[in-house]
Amino acid sequence: MHAPFRLLACVLLLAAGLAAAQAIDPLPFRDRAEEVRFQNLTRQLRCLVCQNENLADSNADLARDLRHEVFGLMRQGKSDGEIKQYLVDRYSRFVLYDPPLDRGTVLLWFGPALILLAGGAVVWLTIRRRSRAAPAAATAPTDNGDDW
Amino acid sequence: MTPELGQLALVLALLLALAQGVLPILGAWRGNRALMALARPAAAGQAVFVGTAFMLLVWAFLQFDFSVRYVADNSNLALPWYYRIAAVWGAHEGSMLLWVAILDVWTVALIALSRSLPEPFLARVVGVLGLIAAGFLAFILFTSNPFERLLPMPADGGDLNPVLQDPGMTFHPPVIYMGYVGFSVAFAFAIAGLLGGELEQAWVRWSRPWTNVAWGFLSAGIVAGSWWAYAELGWGGWWFWDPVENASFMPWLVGAALVHAQAVTEKRGSLRAWTILLSIFAFSLSLLGTFLVRSGVLTSVHAFASDPRRGLFILCFLAVVVGGSLLLYALRAPKVAGGKPFGAVSRESAVLVGNLMLAVAAAMVLLGTLFPLVGDALDLGKVSVGPPYFGFLFTLLMLPVVVLLPFGPFLRWGGAGDTGLLRSVLLRVAVAAVAGAVVAAFLVGGQPKAIAGTAGAAWVGVGTLLYVYKRWREMPRGRRYPAEMAGMLLAHFGVGVFLVGVLLSESLSVTRDVRMAPGDEQAIGAYRFRFDGVHATRGPNWHAEQGTVTVLKDGRTVAVMHPQKRTYLRGQVQTESAIDPGVTRDLYVALGEPMDAGNLEGAWALRLYEKPFVRWIWAGGLLMMLGGFASAADRRFRARRTAGAPQPQAAPAAAVARESRA
Amino acid sequence: MSRLVPLFAFLLLVALFGFGIWWNTGHDQREVPSPLIGKPAPAYALPHLDDPSRTLAKADMLGKPYLLNVFASWCVACGDEHPVLMAAGRSLGIPLVGYDYKDDPADAKAWLAQHGNPYDLVIADREGRTAIDFGVYGAPESFLIDARGVIRYKRIGPFTPEVIEKELKPRIAALRKEAP
Repeated sequence: MHAPFRLLACVLLLAAGLAAAQAIDPLPFRDRAEEVRFQNLTRQLRCLVCQNENLADSNADLARDLRHEVFGLMRQGKSDGEIKQYLVDRYSRFVLYDPPLDRGTVLLWFGPALILLAGGAVVWLTIRRRSRAAPAAATAPTDNGDDW
Repeated sequence: MTPELGQLALVLALLLALAQGVLPILGAWRGNRALMALARPAAAGQAVFVGTAFMLLVWAFLQFDFSVRYVADNSNLALPWYYRIAAVWGAHEGSMLLWVAILDVWTVALIALSRSLPEPFLARVVGVLGLIAAGFLAFILFTSNPFERLLPMPADGGDLNPVLQDPGMTFHPPVIYMGYVGFSVAFAFAIAGLLGGELEQAWVRWSRPWTNVAWGFLSAGIVAGSWWAYAELGWGGWWFWDPVENASFMPWLVGAALVHAQAVTEKRGSLRAWTILLSIFAFSLSLLGTFLVRSGVLTSVHAFASDPRRGLFILCFLAVVVGGSLLLYALRAPKVAGGKPFGAVSRESAVLVGNLMLAVAAAMVLLGTLFPLVGDALDLGKVSVGPPYFGFLFTLLMLPVVVLLPFGPFLRWGGAGDTGLLRSVLLRVAVAAVAGAVVAAFLVGGQPKAIAGTAGAAWVGVGTLLYVYKRWREMPRGRRYPAEMAGMLLAHFGVGVFLVGVLLSESLSVTRDVRMAPGDEQAIGAYRFRFDGVHATRGPNWHAEQGTVTVLKDGRTVAVMHPQKRTYLRGQVQTESAIDPGVTRDLYVALGEPMDAGNLEGAWALRLYEKPFVRWIWAGGLLMMLGGFASAADRRFRARRTAGAPQPQAAPAAAVARESRA
Repeated sequence: MSRLVPLFAFLLLVALFGFGIWWNTGHDQREVPSPLIGKPAPAYALPHLDDPSRTLAKADMLGKPYLLNVFASWCVACGDEHPVLMAAGRSLGIPLVGYDYKDDPADAKAWLAQHGNPYDLVIADREGRTAIDFGVYGAPESFLIDARGVIRYKRIGPFTPEVIEKELKPRIAALRKEAP
């Protein structure tokens, strides 16, 4: 359903007739470690139907299908990286929550660092300029009579 | 008839808002007392009409007036009255009316409590608030009219979105708007200061309590939203870095920086331009948040209906208000650094560094939230930015803040502090952190996040308590903890509590999806969950399958939980999870699907959680809210002063002597 | 001078938002472009809807381009697209293969009987397993596959007459020139 309808459907957890809590999906895990690995993996993958939910939490049919796919691939012995690549091959990088570091996303990953450097320089200069000024005479520490 | 009255009220409100916006500022510019004096009555009148319109909309909902399109879309005959009231702000048009109504609450509070402000200054402040109100009222009247008629009138209406039919959701929007919208007061003060050239510190002192209260409300609003998502969205998450969550978080971060910068400017006179800029940023981010949610520019679970026309209107409004204020800032902000100097090791420097990290964090959240849009604009393909980006960078940026936090109160204004004292504080908090880490490692077996959380919380918590102890030892009773300082201590302590909540719940939570037949048991940690079957039940506008899950610990029943799968009147299905709250852990059960759709008496899929310390997240947030409110309650903000006179110095010599002894 | 920095940064932001609003009017923001454009279509082997004993495999369709249209009886937007396909299907000049996605065969047959059948043939993917290989995440979606079995174009969402004229037909024409 490619329509604005789809967003509403996600929020309302699908209309009557379709199972609404399909994210709860018991699978026959061998042990706790396998279960935890599955949970971690599906939390890092985006549901393409409800695009603001991850595979672990989405009720969409596709999410359930993809969870089972991931489970199958785990049982086949594929590594986390291979499983992610399998999905990326079919659904593009958008299925991963973690944006890659490539030419396009350089600004995204390094932008904050640049802003921090620029701001840090301003702070540094401000402190330097302020500390050079003549120190205040021994009056009250603040202009409104604080004693701290 | 009432919808037309409501519409008329809005038109009158718009006219009064325009008067309120234009005339007093004109009067202040020209020194015309008559025009300036119009500020209060115009504002009061506008508030009366907005309030009337709001009440008429509430009335329309209570009376099931389905001839009003907004009422018909968002309620029905079976919707309980309390949710019909909540439905007033449950969708776009009504929430815009709520926005303006809350702006009026702040405006009326301001005119009532600011008898001592100089007339021209107050005129400008009220004028700015009036212009903002006028913009929103115009937006409502021209693009988002809640009183639009729906004819022929349907016999019954749609429904309030079931996820909104929850107590948390009923008060989350008003509380968060009190915060969002409350920053308009700090903004108005800053603009008034720029307009009038009154750049002395006095206006900052007037602005502080308003800013602190707004920030407190915003903290509470964000906590309410997070708690609601946890309880209602079904899967135990409490923060998703969703664009709309980010839209409320950015003003919060900038607001946190602002309350600190205002303190510096008020007490030492420095950082005036920065404080003005932050005031503009905080409110700009509030307006930006409003834009993001309603323009359709970003996808979000939370987004209201997207309509390019509305988006364009808000964008123009944003451009004028924010662009205008930034232009004003560029032209009129103080160019010469004023106030007292300070050294590298001083409270001012600590505040500056903290401000820097908070501002960069806000910028980072903005960048990440908007990056998909940048990706479209630069044709980078569809870029996905989610929790791995935000969580990682946010943690990195907040690390210096957490590290510096205990030292803030111990540092001196201006520098030249007691390095011996600082070293002893450092030693003590370091010991506390290590002790916390060791205890955590012992109890939870090497989970790095849990260890970091305990260490960080010990660092912050013990540091704050050390200062509490210092004051208690050194000051006579009654002068130990001025309200402003108490607020600071509460909020800082809240940071420590929050750290425990976040890091421990994230690293120690256990989730299991299981199939259980009636009588089956499942163990999670020290708890055994026993599924006791499902039976049918009903509510006012829903019917449900309700499960019973008994939780046992050491053989004793600890909780009996009732997760539900509800079906609402219009067919929407909603999972109501059952939560057993606790101080050290939450137990959480969600009912899934029956394994065999035809056999409801058989096995069901269930999701079981144990979430340690998750309530500490919201407790920390609420402590921060209390801190904001407590600070605002400081006596010196409330005492009457003659217009413009600075505060008398209270026994300066004795104060200095005490400081040097400490 | 530095006092103007916030203003300029903000104006950049306004430009970005203005772009966003404009872009939104023409694009579906939720659309996820396929990574399979220009890559071979997955090897599939699916039963015919009306005769499950017969299977259509990818190899059977090599040699000429065709349009694979993913649809389902439960899909509302497919109902919107259907009349467009009924009208334009014949004029495309290439086979139109229906791909019934996660559907009950009885429902699908009834739906086609009720609304008309624009397809040259229809295959059924009940479980949706093969659809995952195609990167399908909703319905309707359509794939233009060339004579060598390579996916050349994907339409996410329903076709409109305009999209068929402006985007699909030119590409079909280009494919025909490639491999006469």
